[in-house]
Amino acid sequence: MSVDLATVRRIAHLARIRVSEEEAPYLQNEINSILSFVEELNAVDVEGVEPMTSVLPMAMKKRADVVTDGNIVDKVLANAPAREDGFFVVPKVIE
Amino acid sequence: MSDLTRLTLAEARDGLSARKFSAVELNQSFIDAVARANSLNVYLVETPEKALAQAKASDERIARGEAGPLEGIPLGVKDLYATEGVQTTAASHILEGFIPQYESTVTANLWRDGATMLGKLNLDEFAMGSSNETSYFGPAISPWRRQGADGKVSDAKIVPGGSSGGSAAAVAARLCLGATATDTGGSIRQPAAFTGTVGIKPTYGRCSRFGIVAFASSLDQAGPIARTVRDTAILLRSMAGHDPKDTTSVDAPVPDYEKSVGASVKGKVIGIPKEYRLDGLSAEIAALWDRGVEWLKAAGAEIREISLPHTRHALPAYYIVAPAEASSNLARYDGVRYGLRKTGKDIVDLYELTRAEGFGKEVRRRIMIGTYVLSAGYYDAYYLRAQKIRTLIKRDFDLAYQAGVDAILTPATPSPAFALGEKGSADPVEMYLNDVFTVTVNMAGLPGLVVPGGLSSDGLPLGLQLIGRPFEEETLFALGQAIEEAAPKIGLPEAWWA
Repeated sequence: MSVDLATVRRIAHLARIRVSEEEAPYLQNEINSILSFVEELNAVDVEGVEPMTSVLPMAMKKRADVVTDGNIVDKVLANAPAREDGFFVVPKVIE
Repeated sequence: MSDLTRLTLAEARDGLSARKFSAVELNQSFIDAVARANSLNVYLVETPEKALAQAKASDERIARGEAGPLEGIPLGVKDLYATEGVQTTAASHILEGFIPQYESTVTANLWRDGATMLGKLNLDEFAMGSSNETSYFGPAISPWRRQGADGKVSDAKIVPGGSSGGSAAAVAARLCLGATATDTGGSIRQPAAFTGTVGIKPTYGRCSRFGIVAFASSLDQAGPIARTVRDTAILLRSMAGHDPKDTTSVDAPVPDYEKSVGASVKGKVIGIPKEYRLDGLSAEIAALWDRGVEWLKAAGAEIREISLPHTRHALPAYYIVAPAEASSNLARYDGVRYGLRKTGKDIVDLYELTRAEGFGKEVRRRIMIGTYVLSAGYYDAYYLRAQKIRTLIKRDFDLAYQAGVDAILTPATPSPAFALGEKGSADPVEMYLNDVFTVTVNMAGLPGLVVPGGLSSDGLPLGLQLIGRPFEEETLFALGQAIEEAAPKIGLPEAWWA
Protein backbone atom coordinates (compact mmCIF):
# COMPACT_ATOMS: atom_id res chain seq x y z
CA MET A 1 0.00 0.00 0.00
CA SER A 2 1.22 3.51 -0.62
CA VAL A 3 -0.10 6.97 0.15
CA ASP A 4 -0.79 9.85 -2.25
CA LEU A 5 -0.27 13.53 -1.54
CA ALA A 6 -3.87 14.08 -0.48
CA THR A 7 -3.51 11.30 2.09
CA VAL A 8 -0.29 12.86 3.41
CA ARG A 9 -2.17 16.13 3.94
CA ARG A 10 -5.06 14.32 5.59
CA ILE A 11 -2.75 12.44 7.99
CA ALA A 12 -0.91 15.66 8.79
CA HIS A 13 -4.17 17.31 9.73
CA LEU A 14 -5.25 14.32 11.84
CA ALA A 15 -1.89 14.51 13.61
CA ARG A 16 -2.24 18.29 13.97
CA ILE A 17 1.12 18.92 12.31
CA ARG A 18 1.30 21.66 9.67
CA VAL A 19 3.00 20.38 6.52
CA SER A 20 4.08 22.85 3.86
CA GLU A 21 3.49 22.33 0.12
CA GLU A 22 7.23 21.89 -0.44
CA GLU A 23 7.59 19.38 2.40
CA ALA A 24 4.65 17.14 1.48
CA PRO A 25 6.27 15.22 -1.42
CA TYR A 26 9.34 14.39 0.71
CA LEU A 27 7.14 13.15 3.51
CA GLN A 28 5.15 11.12 1.00
CA ASN A 29 8.34 9.40 -0.18
CA GLU A 30 9.55 8.67 3.34
CA ILE A 31 6.19 7.36 4.48
CA ASN A 32 5.96 5.14 1.41
CA SER A 33 9.46 3.84 2.04
CA ILE A 34 8.43 2.82 5.56
CA LEU A 35 5.13 1.35 4.34
CA SER A 36 6.94 -0.77 1.76
CA PHE A 37 9.33 -1.92 4.51
CA VAL A 38 6.39 -3.21 6.58
CA GLU A 39 4.62 -4.67 3.53
CA GLU A 40 6.11 -8.15 4.10
CA LEU A 41 3.89 -8.53 7.16
CA ASN A 42 0.95 -9.14 4.83
CA ALA A 43 2.46 -12.52 3.97
CA VAL A 44 2.45 -13.74 7.58
CA ASP A 45 -0.29 -16.20 8.48
CA VAL A 46 -2.08 -14.70 11.48
CA GLU A 47 -5.23 -16.82 11.21
CA GLY A 48 -6.56 -17.53 14.69
CA VAL A 49 -3.77 -15.60 16.46
CA GLU A 50 -4.84 -13.32 19.30
CA PRO A 51 -3.46 -9.78 19.12
CA MET A 52 -1.13 -8.99 22.00
CA THR A 53 -2.66 -6.79 24.66
CA SER A 54 -0.17 -7.32 27.50
CA VAL A 55 3.35 -8.51 26.90
CA LEU A 56 3.46 -10.43 30.18
CA PRO A 57 0.50 -12.08 31.85
CA MET A 58 -0.51 -9.67 34.56
CA ALA A 59 -3.81 -8.77 36.13
CA MET A 60 -4.75 -5.12 35.82
CA LYS A 61 -4.16 -3.54 39.21
CA LYS A 62 -6.95 -1.44 40.61
CA ARG A 63 -7.06 1.09 43.38
CA ALA A 64 -9.88 2.65 45.33
CA ASP A 65 -11.55 5.43 43.37
CA VAL A 66 -10.53 8.24 45.67
CA VAL A 67 -8.78 11.57 45.27
CA THR A 68 -5.02 11.04 45.73
CA ASP A 69 -3.78 14.56 45.16
CA GLY A 70 -5.00 18.03 44.33
CA ASN A 71 -4.69 21.67 45.37
CA ILE A 72 -1.54 22.00 43.29
CA VAL A 73 -2.79 24.55 40.77
CA ASP A 74 0.52 26.41 40.80
CA LYS A 75 2.45 23.25 40.01
CA VAL A 76 0.05 22.25 37.24
CA LEU A 77 0.32 25.68 35.64
CA ALA A 78 4.02 26.21 36.32
CA ASN A 79 5.10 25.38 32.76
CA ALA A 80 2.11 26.77 30.87
CA PRO A 81 3.04 29.16 28.04
CA ALA A 82 -0.02 31.29 28.94
CA ARG A 83 -2.03 31.26 32.19
CA GLU A 84 -4.46 33.55 33.96
CA ASP A 85 -6.32 33.33 37.29
CA GLY A 86 -5.50 29.66 37.74
CA PHE A 87 -6.43 28.65 34.16
CA PHE A 88 -4.65 27.72 30.95
CA VAL A 89 -5.26 30.33 28.30
CA VAL A 90 -6.11 29.34 24.71
CA PRO A 91 -7.41 31.27 21.70
CA LYS A 92 -11.18 31.73 21.60
CA VAL A 93 -12.77 28.37 20.71
CA ILE A 94 -16.50 29.21 20.63
CA GLU A 95 -17.72 32.14 18.54
CA MET B 1 45.34 11.31 44.45
CA SER B 2 44.97 9.03 41.45
CA ASP B 3 42.27 9.86 38.92
CA LEU B 4 39.04 8.86 40.62
CA THR B 5 37.13 8.90 37.33
CA ARG B 6 38.99 5.72 36.31
CA LEU B 7 37.35 3.69 39.07
CA THR B 8 34.42 1.42 38.37
CA LEU B 9 31.23 2.13 40.30
CA ALA B 10 31.89 -0.86 42.58
CA GLU B 11 35.48 0.30 43.24
CA ALA B 12 34.29 3.83 44.01
CA ARG B 13 31.65 2.49 46.39
CA ASP B 14 34.23 0.35 48.18
CA GLY B 15 36.72 3.24 48.29
CA LEU B 16 34.10 5.50 49.83
CA SER B 17 33.18 3.00 52.49
CA ALA B 18 36.88 2.40 53.29
CA ARG B 19 37.23 6.25 53.55
CA LYS B 20 40.00 6.33 50.94
CA PHE B 21 38.39 9.49 49.56
CA SER B 22 35.25 11.49 50.25
CA ALA B 23 32.07 11.67 48.19
CA VAL B 24 32.78 15.38 47.64
CA GLU B 25 36.25 14.55 46.24
CA LEU B 26 34.81 11.84 44.03
CA ASN B 27 32.05 14.09 42.70
CA GLN B 28 34.44 17.00 42.15
CA SER B 29 36.65 14.77 39.96
CA PHE B 30 33.68 14.03 37.73
CA ILE B 31 32.44 17.63 37.72
CA ASP B 32 35.90 18.71 36.50
CA ALA B 33 35.96 16.00 33.83
CA VAL B 34 32.48 17.00 32.62
CA ALA B 35 33.51 20.65 32.43
CA ARG B 36 36.38 19.70 30.10
CA ALA B 37 34.23 17.56 27.82
CA ASN B 38 31.87 20.10 26.24
CA SER B 39 33.01 19.13 22.76
CA LEU B 40 31.35 15.72 23.18
CA ASN B 41 27.96 17.41 23.75
CA VAL B 42 27.02 14.66 26.17
CA TYR B 43 25.40 16.70 28.96
CA LEU B 44 22.45 18.94 28.05
CA VAL B 45 22.32 20.34 31.58
CA GLU B 46 25.10 20.15 34.16
CA THR B 47 24.11 20.23 37.83
CA PRO B 48 27.43 20.49 39.71
CA GLU B 49 25.93 22.36 42.69
CA LYS B 50 23.31 19.67 43.11
CA ALA B 51 25.92 16.89 42.91
CA LEU B 52 28.12 18.60 45.50
CA ALA B 53 25.23 19.24 47.89
CA GLN B 54 24.17 15.61 47.59
CA ALA B 55 27.80 14.46 48.02
CA LYS B 56 28.16 16.52 51.17
CA ALA B 57 25.06 14.88 52.61
CA SER B 58 26.49 11.50 51.54
CA ASP B 59 29.72 12.14 53.39
CA GLU B 60 27.70 12.91 56.51
CA ARG B 61 25.69 9.70 56.17
CA ILE B 62 28.87 7.68 55.58
CA ALA B 63 30.37 9.22 58.74
CA ARG B 64 27.27 8.25 60.70
CA GLY B 65 27.39 4.71 59.30
CA GLU B 66 24.11 5.21 57.45
CA ALA B 67 25.34 4.85 53.88
CA GLY B 68 22.88 3.66 51.24
CA PRO B 69 23.83 1.16 48.52
CA LEU B 70 24.79 3.99 46.10
CA GLU B 71 25.99 6.52 48.66
CA GLY B 72 27.96 9.35 47.02
CA ILE B 73 28.03 7.71 43.57
CA PRO B 74 27.84 10.34 40.77
CA LEU B 75 25.43 9.44 37.96
CA GLY B 76 24.17 10.99 34.74
CA VAL B 77 20.46 10.97 33.94
CA LYS B 78 19.07 10.55 30.44
CA ASP B 79 17.06 13.68 29.70
CA LEU B 80 13.92 11.58 29.28
CA TYR B 81 13.54 11.22 33.06
CA ALA B 82 11.64 14.00 34.80
CA THR B 83 13.85 15.57 37.46
CA GLU B 84 12.18 17.98 39.84
CA GLY B 85 13.40 21.53 39.32
CA VAL B 86 15.88 20.54 36.59
CA GLN B 87 15.04 21.10 32.91
CA THR B 88 13.78 17.98 31.15
CA THR B 89 13.45 18.18 27.36
CA ALA B 90 13.52 14.69 25.78
CA ALA B 91 16.02 16.50 23.51
CA SER B 92 13.07 18.21 21.81
CA HIS B 93 12.47 21.87 21.00
CA ILE B 94 8.84 21.36 22.04
CA LEU B 95 9.90 20.77 25.68
CA GLU B 96 12.72 23.30 25.81
CA GLY B 97 12.60 25.07 29.17
CA PHE B 98 10.24 22.52 30.75
CA ILE B 99 10.91 22.29 34.49
CA PRO B 100 9.21 19.23 36.02
CA GLN B 101 7.36 19.74 39.29
CA TYR B 102 7.88 16.09 40.19
CA GLU B 103 10.59 13.42 40.13
CA SER B 104 10.52 10.18 38.12
CA THR B 105 10.25 7.10 40.31
CA VAL B 106 13.47 5.54 39.02
CA THR B 107 15.60 8.62 39.74
CA ALA B 108 13.87 9.06 43.11
CA ASN B 109 14.92 5.47 43.92
CA LEU B 110 18.54 6.32 43.01
CA TRP B 111 18.60 9.43 45.23
CA ARG B 112 16.94 7.42 48.04
CA ASP B 113 19.91 5.03 47.85
CA GLY B 114 22.44 7.89 48.07
CA ALA B 115 23.42 8.50 44.42
CA THR B 116 24.23 12.03 43.22
CA MET B 117 23.25 13.75 39.97
CA LEU B 118 25.84 15.29 37.65
CA GLY B 119 23.32 16.41 35.04
CA LYS B 120 21.00 15.49 32.21
CA LEU B 121 22.27 13.50 29.26
CA ASN B 122 21.71 13.95 25.54
CA LEU B 123 19.54 11.52 23.53
CA ASP B 124 17.68 11.21 20.26
CA GLU B 125 14.59 13.42 20.25
CA PHE B 126 11.87 11.62 22.24
CA ALA B 127 14.20 8.58 22.16
CA MET B 128 13.49 8.13 18.44
CA GLY B 129 16.75 7.32 16.76
CA SER B 130 19.78 5.03 16.75
CA SER B 131 22.62 7.53 16.58
CA ASN B 132 21.73 10.49 18.82
CA GLU B 133 21.64 12.60 15.65
CA THR B 134 17.95 13.51 15.99
CA SER B 135 18.58 15.52 19.19
CA TYR B 136 17.40 19.14 18.85
CA PHE B 137 20.53 20.10 20.79
CA GLY B 138 22.93 18.48 18.34
CA PRO B 139 24.42 14.98 18.37
CA ALA B 140 26.34 13.54 21.30
CA ILE B 141 29.79 12.40 20.14
CA SER B 142 31.36 9.08 21.04
CA PRO B 143 34.71 9.15 22.84
CA TRP B 144 35.73 6.34 20.45
CA ARG B 145 37.50 7.00 17.15
CA ARG B 146 38.35 4.72 14.27
CA GLN B 147 41.85 3.37 14.17
CA GLY B 148 43.36 1.74 11.08
CA ALA B 149 45.57 -1.36 11.05
CA ASP B 150 48.52 1.06 10.78
CA GLY B 151 47.53 2.57 14.13
CA LYS B 152 46.49 5.85 12.54
CA VAL B 153 43.51 7.45 14.33
CA SER B 154 40.81 9.00 12.16
CA ASP B 155 39.31 12.28 13.35
CA ALA B 156 35.88 11.44 11.89
CA LYS B 157 33.30 11.93 14.61
CA ILE B 158 31.68 8.65 15.59
CA VAL B 159 28.09 8.30 16.84
CA PRO B 160 27.58 6.79 20.30
CA GLY B 161 24.39 5.08 19.11
CA GLY B 162 20.93 5.88 20.33
CA SER B 163 18.66 6.73 21.66
CA SER B 164 20.62 6.67 24.96
CA GLY B 165 23.70 8.05 23.17
CA GLY B 166 24.55 10.63 25.83
CA SER B 167 24.29 8.00 28.56
CA ALA B 168 26.60 5.56 26.78
CA ALA B 169 29.11 8.23 25.71
CA ALA B 170 29.22 9.71 29.23
CA VAL B 171 29.94 6.31 30.77
CA ALA B 172 32.60 5.47 28.15
CA ALA B 173 34.25 8.90 28.48
CA ARG B 174 34.35 8.59 32.30
CA LEU B 175 31.96 11.50 32.75
CA CYS B 176 29.88 9.58 35.33
CA LEU B 177 30.11 6.21 37.05
CA GLY B 178 26.84 5.04 35.53
CA ALA B 179 23.82 6.46 33.79
CA THR B 180 20.11 5.91 33.52
CA ALA B 181 18.86 5.02 30.06
CA THR B 182 15.68 3.74 28.42
CA ASP B 183 15.06 1.09 25.78
CA THR B 184 12.06 0.88 23.44
CA GLY B 185 13.67 -1.00 20.53
CA GLY B 186 17.34 -1.20 21.53
CA SER B 187 18.05 2.25 22.96
CA ILE B 188 20.07 0.95 25.92
CA ARG B 189 21.74 -2.00 24.26
CA GLN B 190 22.80 -0.57 20.89
CA PRO B 191 24.60 2.46 22.40
CA ALA B 192 26.21 0.21 25.02
CA ALA B 193 27.51 -2.00 22.19
CA PHE B 194 28.76 1.05 20.24
CA THR B 195 30.71 2.44 23.20
CA GLY B 196 32.19 -0.65 24.84
CA THR B 197 29.96 -0.33 27.89
CA VAL B 198 27.44 -2.65 29.55
CA GLY B 199 23.69 -2.04 29.39
CA ILE B 200 20.64 -3.97 30.47
CA LYS B 201 17.04 -3.58 29.44
CA PRO B 202 15.20 -5.39 32.21
CA THR B 203 11.95 -7.30 31.81
CA TYR B 204 8.97 -5.11 30.97
CA GLY B 205 7.48 -4.05 34.31
CA ARG B 206 10.68 -4.41 36.36
CA CYS B 207 11.19 -0.62 36.57
CA SER B 208 8.52 2.00 36.94
CA ARG B 209 7.85 4.16 33.90
CA PHE B 210 6.38 6.97 36.03
CA GLY B 211 8.02 10.27 35.18
CA ILE B 212 9.76 8.98 32.07
CA VAL B 213 8.65 10.81 28.93
CA ALA B 214 6.53 8.21 27.14
CA PHE B 215 7.45 7.01 23.64
CA ALA B 216 5.77 3.60 23.12
CA SER B 217 4.29 2.58 26.44
CA SER B 218 4.02 -1.17 25.80
CA LEU B 219 7.73 -1.32 24.86
CA ASP B 220 9.46 1.37 26.97
CA GLN B 221 11.60 0.17 29.85
CA ALA B 222 14.20 1.87 32.04
CA GLY B 223 17.63 0.42 32.72
CA PRO B 224 21.25 1.35 33.47
CA ILE B 225 24.40 1.72 31.39
CA ALA B 226 27.71 1.32 33.25
CA ARG B 227 31.26 0.14 32.69
CA THR B 228 31.00 -3.40 34.02
CA VAL B 229 28.41 -6.11 34.49
CA ARG B 230 28.76 -5.72 38.25
CA ASP B 231 28.12 -1.97 38.05
CA THR B 232 24.92 -2.43 36.03
CA ALA B 233 23.75 -5.08 38.53
CA ILE B 234 24.30 -2.64 41.41
CA LEU B 235 22.38 0.12 39.62
CA LEU B 236 19.46 -2.05 38.51
CA ARG B 237 18.80 -3.18 42.06
CA SER B 238 18.24 0.44 43.08
CA MET B 239 16.27 1.42 39.96
CA ALA B 240 13.85 -1.53 39.96
CA GLY B 241 10.80 -2.07 42.09
CA HIS B 242 7.06 -1.80 42.29
CA ASP B 243 5.42 1.60 41.95
CA PRO B 244 1.71 2.23 42.48
CA LYS B 245 2.02 5.12 40.01
CA ASP B 246 2.70 2.69 37.12
CA THR B 247 0.08 -0.05 36.82
CA THR B 248 2.41 -2.11 34.59
CA SER B 249 5.18 -2.16 37.20
CA VAL B 250 5.45 -5.56 38.79
CA ASP B 251 4.89 -6.16 42.46
CA ALA B 252 7.68 -8.68 43.01
CA PRO B 253 10.73 -8.47 45.27
CA VAL B 254 13.92 -7.05 43.71
CA PRO B 255 16.81 -9.50 44.06
CA ASP B 256 20.29 -8.37 45.09
CA TYR B 257 21.53 -8.66 41.51
CA GLU B 258 25.17 -8.19 42.47
CA LYS B 259 25.12 -11.60 44.16
CA SER B 260 24.61 -13.29 40.79
CA VAL B 261 27.71 -11.61 39.30
CA GLY B 262 30.33 -14.33 39.31
CA ALA B 263 27.83 -17.15 39.94
CA SER B 264 28.56 -20.38 38.08
CA VAL B 265 27.03 -20.80 34.64
CA LYS B 266 27.82 -24.50 34.51
CA GLY B 267 25.04 -26.45 32.82
CA LYS B 268 23.13 -23.34 31.69
CA VAL B 269 21.57 -23.97 28.31
CA ILE B 270 22.35 -21.21 25.81
CA GLY B 271 20.20 -20.96 22.70
CA ILE B 272 21.78 -19.82 19.43
CA PRO B 273 18.95 -18.71 17.13
CA LYS B 274 19.72 -19.60 13.55
CA GLU B 275 17.46 -16.83 12.21
CA TYR B 276 19.85 -14.21 13.61
CA ARG B 277 22.49 -15.35 11.13
CA LEU B 278 21.12 -12.86 8.60
CA ASP B 279 21.99 -12.89 4.92
CA GLY B 280 24.88 -10.52 4.56
CA LEU B 281 25.84 -10.63 8.26
CA SER B 282 29.37 -9.22 8.37
CA ALA B 283 32.16 -11.75 8.87
CA GLU B 284 33.44 -9.70 11.78
CA ILE B 285 30.10 -9.88 13.62
CA ALA B 286 29.72 -13.58 12.86
CA ALA B 287 33.22 -14.24 14.24
CA LEU B 288 32.45 -12.26 17.41
CA TRP B 289 29.31 -14.34 17.91
CA ASP B 290 31.30 -17.56 17.48
CA ARG B 291 33.82 -16.39 20.07
CA GLY B 292 30.98 -15.64 22.48
CA VAL B 293 29.74 -19.20 22.04
CA GLU B 294 33.24 -20.54 22.80
CA TRP B 295 33.58 -18.38 25.92
CA LEU B 296 30.29 -19.59 27.36
CA LYS B 297 31.10 -23.18 26.44
CA ALA B 298 34.45 -22.86 28.22
CA ALA B 299 32.62 -21.53 31.29
CA GLY B 300 30.57 -24.73 31.37
CA ALA B 301 27.41 -23.73 29.52
CA GLU B 302 25.68 -26.05 27.09
CA ILE B 303 25.14 -24.62 23.60
CA ARG B 304 22.02 -25.49 21.63
CA GLU B 305 20.88 -24.30 18.22
CA ILE B 306 17.31 -22.99 18.38
CA SER B 307 14.77 -21.55 15.98
CA LEU B 308 12.86 -18.28 16.45
CA PRO B 309 11.02 -18.38 13.12
CA HIS B 310 9.23 -15.02 13.35
CA THR B 311 12.41 -13.02 14.01
CA ARG B 312 12.46 -11.34 10.62
CA HIS B 313 9.01 -9.86 11.14
CA ALA B 314 9.92 -8.17 14.42
CA LEU B 315 11.45 -5.01 12.96
CA PRO B 316 8.63 -4.22 10.50
CA ALA B 317 6.02 -4.99 13.18
CA TYR B 318 7.90 -2.72 15.59
CA TYR B 319 7.73 0.12 13.05
CA ILE B 320 3.95 -0.13 13.21
CA VAL B 321 3.45 -0.65 16.94
CA ALA B 322 5.99 1.93 18.18
CA PRO B 323 4.89 4.83 15.93
CA ALA B 324 1.23 4.03 16.67
CA GLU B 325 1.79 4.32 20.40
CA ALA B 326 4.03 7.35 19.91
CA SER B 327 1.41 9.19 17.88
CA SER B 328 -0.98 8.75 20.79
CA ASN B 329 1.54 9.58 23.54
CA LEU B 330 2.83 12.68 21.78
CA ALA B 331 -0.67 14.11 21.31
CA ARG B 332 -0.18 15.80 24.68
CA TYR B 333 2.31 18.31 23.22
CA ASP B 334 -0.26 20.87 22.15
CA GLY B 335 1.28 24.22 23.09
CA VAL B 336 -1.26 24.70 25.87
CA ARG B 337 -0.07 23.06 29.06
CA TYR B 338 3.71 23.19 28.75
CA GLY B 339 6.51 23.72 26.30
CA LEU B 340 6.63 25.62 23.05
CA ARG B 341 3.64 27.59 21.75
CA LYS B 342 3.21 29.15 18.32
CA THR B 343 0.06 31.20 18.02
CA GLY B 344 -2.10 31.28 14.91
CA LYS B 345 -5.56 32.44 13.95
CA ASP B 346 -7.39 29.82 16.03
CA ILE B 347 -6.82 26.82 18.28
CA VAL B 348 -6.24 24.33 15.44
CA ASP B 349 -3.70 26.69 13.95
CA LEU B 350 -2.01 26.89 17.35
CA TYR B 351 -1.77 23.10 17.56
CA GLU B 352 -0.53 22.62 14.01
CA LEU B 353 2.05 25.40 14.05
CA THR B 354 3.35 24.47 17.50
CA ARG B 355 3.78 20.81 16.59
CA ALA B 356 5.30 21.54 13.17
CA GLU B 357 7.94 23.76 14.72
CA GLY B 358 8.40 21.88 18.01
CA PHE B 359 8.96 18.37 16.68
CA GLY B 360 12.00 17.41 14.59
CA LYS B 361 11.88 15.57 11.30
CA GLU B 362 12.10 12.00 12.59
CA VAL B 363 9.49 12.60 15.30
CA ARG B 364 7.07 14.19 12.83
CA ARG B 365 7.57 11.25 10.48
CA ARG B 366 6.83 8.70 13.19
CA ILE B 367 3.76 10.55 14.43
CA MET B 368 2.47 10.62 10.85
CA ILE B 369 3.09 6.88 10.34
CA GLY B 370 1.43 6.13 13.66
CA THR B 371 -1.54 8.32 12.84
CA TYR B 372 -1.93 6.58 9.48
CA VAL B 373 -1.79 3.00 10.80
CA LEU B 374 -4.36 3.84 13.47
CA SER B 375 -6.69 5.74 11.14
CA ALA B 376 -10.12 4.47 10.13
CA GLY B 377 -9.88 1.73 7.52
CA TYR B 378 -6.23 0.89 8.18
CA TYR B 379 -6.27 -0.16 11.84
CA ASP B 380 -6.92 -3.86 11.13
CA ALA B 381 -4.52 -4.08 8.20
CA TYR B 382 -1.61 -2.56 10.10
CA TYR B 383 -1.92 -2.19 13.85
CA LEU B 384 -4.04 -5.24 14.64
CA ARG B 385 -1.95 -7.43 12.33
CA ALA B 386 1.29 -6.17 13.93
CA GLN B 387 -0.05 -7.00 17.41
CA LYS B 388 -0.88 -10.53 16.21
CA ILE B 389 2.63 -10.91 14.86
CA ARG B 390 3.90 -9.72 18.22
CA THR B 391 2.05 -12.66 19.81
CA LEU B 392 3.86 -14.99 17.39
CA ILE B 393 7.26 -13.46 18.20
CA LYS B 394 6.63 -13.89 21.91
CA ARG B 395 5.50 -17.48 21.34
CA ASP B 396 8.82 -18.32 19.62
CA PHE B 397 10.67 -17.30 22.79
CA ASP B 398 8.18 -19.08 25.07
CA LEU B 399 8.71 -22.34 23.18
CA ALA B 400 12.51 -22.06 23.39
CA TYR B 401 12.36 -21.41 27.12
CA GLN B 402 9.87 -24.24 27.67
CA ALA B 403 12.31 -26.57 25.91
CA GLY B 404 14.89 -25.79 28.59
CA VAL B 405 16.83 -22.85 27.17
CA ASP B 406 18.05 -20.54 29.98
CA ALA B 407 19.27 -17.66 27.83
CA ILE B 408 19.92 -16.76 24.21
CA LEU B 409 23.17 -15.37 22.79
CA THR B 410 23.15 -13.06 19.75
CA PRO B 411 25.19 -10.18 18.36
CA ALA B 412 24.05 -6.80 19.70
CA THR B 413 24.24 -4.86 16.44
CA PRO B 414 24.81 -5.67 12.76
CA SER B 415 27.86 -3.36 12.60
CA PRO B 416 30.17 -1.25 14.76
CA ALA B 417 29.38 2.44 15.27
CA PHE B 418 29.37 4.66 12.20
CA ALA B 419 30.36 8.27 11.61
CA LEU B 420 28.01 11.26 11.90
CA GLY B 421 25.84 11.65 8.81
CA GLU B 422 26.82 8.27 7.41
CA LYS B 423 23.45 6.54 7.74
CA GLY B 424 19.78 7.19 7.20
CA SER B 425 19.92 10.55 5.44
CA ALA B 426 18.43 9.23 2.19
CA ASP B 427 16.19 6.50 3.57
CA PRO B 428 14.96 6.34 7.19
CA VAL B 429 14.76 2.54 6.99
CA GLU B 430 18.57 2.32 6.75
CA MET B 431 18.83 3.68 10.30
CA TYR B 432 16.03 1.41 11.54
CA LEU B 433 18.05 -1.69 10.58
CA ASN B 434 20.40 -0.99 13.50
CA ASP B 435 17.78 -2.45 15.82
CA VAL B 436 17.37 -5.75 14.01
CA PHE B 437 18.86 -7.84 16.86
CA THR B 438 17.47 -5.86 19.79
CA VAL B 439 13.89 -5.09 18.84
CA THR B 440 12.56 -8.65 19.24
CA VAL B 441 13.36 -8.41 22.95
CA ASN B 442 11.09 -5.37 23.42
CA MET B 443 8.33 -6.95 21.34
CA ALA B 444 8.40 -9.95 23.73
CA GLY B 445 8.97 -7.91 26.93
CA LEU B 446 12.12 -9.89 27.81
CA PRO B 447 15.30 -8.81 29.58
CA GLY B 448 18.39 -8.22 27.41
CA LEU B 449 21.98 -7.51 28.47
CA VAL B 450 24.77 -6.23 26.21
CA VAL B 451 28.44 -6.80 27.09
CA PRO B 452 31.54 -5.77 25.12
CA GLY B 453 33.07 -8.66 23.17
CA GLY B 454 36.03 -7.04 21.44
CA LEU B 455 37.03 -4.48 18.83
CA SER B 456 36.19 -4.25 15.14
CA SER B 457 38.88 -4.12 12.45
CA ASP B 458 38.70 -0.32 12.65
CA GLY B 459 39.17 -0.25 16.41
CA LEU B 460 35.57 0.30 17.51
CA PRO B 461 33.77 -1.75 20.19
CA LEU B 462 31.47 -4.66 19.37
CA GLY B 463 28.91 -6.10 21.75
CA LEU B 464 27.19 -9.40 22.44
CA GLN B 465 23.59 -9.65 23.59
CA LEU B 466 22.15 -12.11 26.10
CA ILE B 467 18.36 -12.50 26.15
CA GLY B 468 16.77 -14.01 29.25
CA ARG B 469 13.54 -15.44 30.56
CA PRO B 470 11.09 -12.92 32.04
CA PHE B 471 12.35 -11.63 35.42
CA GLU B 472 15.49 -13.77 35.29
CA GLU B 473 17.94 -10.88 35.04
CA GLU B 474 20.16 -12.74 37.50
CA THR B 475 20.98 -15.40 34.89
CA LEU B 476 21.99 -12.63 32.50
CA PHE B 477 24.33 -11.04 35.04
CA ALA B 478 26.00 -14.41 35.70
CA LEU B 479 26.44 -15.12 31.98
CA GLY B 480 27.45 -11.53 31.26
CA GLN B 481 30.17 -11.73 33.86
CA ALA B 482 31.46 -14.96 32.27
CA ILE B 483 31.74 -13.15 28.91
CA GLU B 484 33.31 -10.08 30.51
CA GLU B 485 36.00 -12.26 32.11
CA ALA B 486 36.70 -14.20 28.92
CA ALA B 487 36.57 -11.36 26.37
CA PRO B 488 39.68 -9.34 25.51
CA LYS B 489 39.89 -6.20 27.66
CA ILE B 490 39.19 -3.32 25.33
CA GLY B 491 39.92 -0.46 27.74
CA LEU B 492 38.36 2.97 27.31
CA PRO B 493 39.61 5.75 25.03
CA GLU B 494 41.95 8.40 26.42
CA ALA B 495 40.55 11.91 26.74
CA TRP B 496 41.43 13.44 23.34
CA TRP B 497 38.48 15.80 23.81
CA ALA B 498 39.65 17.48 27.01
